[in-house]
Amino acid sequence: MAVAAAKQDALAARIAGLSFAPGGWLGAARAGALARLSAMGLPGKRDEYWRYTDPSTLTVAAAPKAALFKADDEPMTFHGIDRLKLVFVDGVFDPAQSDDPAMAGVEIERLGDAGARDIHWAQGLYGVLEARGQQPVERPLATLNSAFASDGVLIRATGKAARPVSLIYHHASEVSDAILHHCVKVEDGAEITILENGPAAARFNKVMEVEVAKGGRFHHIRSQGRDHERRAVTHIFARLAEGALFKSFTLTANGVLTRNEAVIELAGDDAVAHVAGAAVGDGNFHHDDTVFVTHAGQRCESRQVFKKVLKNGAVGVFQGKILVKQGAQKTDGYQISQSLLLDGDSQFLAKPELEIYADDVKCSHGSTSGAIDETALFYLRSRGVPMRQAQGLLVLAFLAEAIAEIEDEAIAEDIRARLEGWLARHDH
Amino acid sequence: MTGQKMLEIKNLHVKLEEEDKQILKGVNLSIGAGEVHAIMGPNGSGKSTLSYVLSGRDGYEVTDGSATLDGAELLEMEPEERAAAGLFLAFQYPVEIPGVGNMTFLRTALNAQRKARGEAEVSAGDFLKLVREKAKTLKIDADMLKRPVNVGFSGGEKKRNEILQMAMLEPRMCILDETDSGLDVDAMKLVSEGVNALRSAGRSFLVITHYQRLLDHIKPDVVHIMAAGRIIKTGGPELALEVENNGYADLLAEVV
Repeated sequence: MAVAAAKQDALAARIAGLSFAPGGWLGAARAGALARLSAMGLPGKRDEYWRYTDPSTLTVAAAPKAALFKADDEPMTFHGIDRLKLVFVDGVFDPAQSDDPAMAGVEIERLGDAGARDIHWAQGLYGVLEARGQQPVERPLATLNSAFASDGVLIRATGKAARPVSLIYHHASEVSDAILHHCVKVEDGAEITILENGPAAARFNKVMEVEVAKGGRFHHIRSQGRDHERRAVTHIFARLAEGALFKSFTLTANGVLTRNEAVIELAGDDAVAHVAGAAVGDGNFHHDDTVFVTHAGQRCESRQVFKKVLKNGAVGVFQGKILVKQGAQKTDGYQISQSLLLDGDSQFLAKPELEIYADDVKCSHGSTSGAIDETALFYLRSRGVPMRQAQGLLVLAFLAEAIAEIEDEAIAEDIRARLEGWLARHDH
Repeated sequence: MTGQKMLEIKNLHVKLEEEDKQILKGVNLSIGAGEVHAIMGPNGSGKSTLSYVLSGRDGYEVTDGSATLDGAELLEMEPEERAAAGLFLAFQYPVEIPGVGNMTFLRTALNAQRKARGEAEVSAGDFLKLVREKAKTLKIDADMLKRPVNVGFSGGEKKRNEILQMAMLEPRMCILDETDSGLDVDAMKLVSEGVNALRSAGRSFLVITHYQRLLDHIKPDVVHIMAAGRIIKTGGPELALEVENNGYADLLAEVV
């Protein structure tokens, strides 16, 4: 088993420089993750699940160097949104730059602090959803994260959170290698919005485990960094109870490599999960959305809406699956992945999959790849809209279905403004 | 009516870019300020090509001749420059643009033209007031304004939306390319009223149509008959009636 041996060697090299924090329930969870990771090894190019994205720079021992981005006048995403800020610099929580975490309806703790306690609610979550998400496909980089995360935050919503909790990730060193692990628990009927933005590090490995209890509502809007050379692999593992709602939207602009995985389990009946992404890439940009939605409960609804705008050799990948288990009757599943190729050099690779074991379900999926609509472009220009502005309008129109998944209009408007800024900087 | 010439087309020759096919073979036409001209002609005579070439659509190659708007050479301008200069084409098939709201589209177009002419942009409030007022006379409801451009619009709604754009953008030279196609009698009346409301001493129209009936509503000063890429006959409104009664055959025979 030469391949397996190579994977083990790669794993040994990767984790040699990482520190393992033992002790307490967290230490036990980490040890469990390390044992699972050792059995898996790290992903390699020949793995089917990494067919379209080369994981080597995500698995090598040292993070490849990534230059910092000069933001100039461009404001940070969410700058105008009233929120509770928690700041991480190169993957380390910075209390000085962060707000007081006390807020009605929410408990917020730093991972390291909670790990030292004997009993904690996160005990039933940390590494647990990640472990569940290893079937039927292995996701070793998430397990690596559970074993070696150096920081993170535990968020428990017990009521309706007064403000969004905003996780801000600054990238300060050109060689930083950050591993963050967050857990979010939304209790019965509670509601919270989590915002994330910033490149975080030269290389960023992040896991977020989200459990939404009966009737709980979870909203997640993320904007992944502007640093052109950053690399990121992120996982969201979510489990939804009866009547729970999960909505996640990601904007990705820039970054040489991004792999965003979402593993969502609709466990209870009547749950709703929407996961959406808008990615814009120019040049050396590889963006991979890998999504796995499992319908176990009845009458659940899931939507996957992924849109990519690619130019100058940028590459977009979409691997999306809907698995409808036996008994998950009246499932309503929808999946769309589309790319707008602004030139002939860019490419989009899509692998949509449906696997259905119930007989009374509605599932649809579609994937398209196309150029800008010349007729629409002429129509706009004939009304006096200059070429570049007309193209920008059409690009935003193409992304609109994904942005429409953001419920909060102020946040959606902020995301649109980020995109407009990006389009202006990356003129056609 | 002999105003100052607004649109002047001289010896215009146009072929398809992709194939060796000559469509316009020496079109001469001049329209004075405030005049309404109609072009009628059988299918394939080059009427729509003329409208596309004037508005700057890709796919055509001008091999000879010129077209000026207020003395400025149109054929050298980008489509958006022609619009800012005051040219407007009401499309035969208005284009659907999913994801772009009708209001956003109108405001972007209006402000882009104003900006190109060095004028101040219209504020959101003033724009809203203006668009509501103009939409009302064309019986365009708030829902149609909110929806994406032409998406899910009926044929009549699309044409009314074209006239709304014309009313908002206030062009000086309006080309209507078979605006009557796909319209029922009531819709044609509504669209015609919209056009007639815009008639003024400083604004000219070129109405392209197959049928005389549109010209009952939008009364032309001059009627041209186009065939095989040329204007073969020019006359008054009575020429349209002649075509309606006798068809094109007699006219074509006269030329040949």
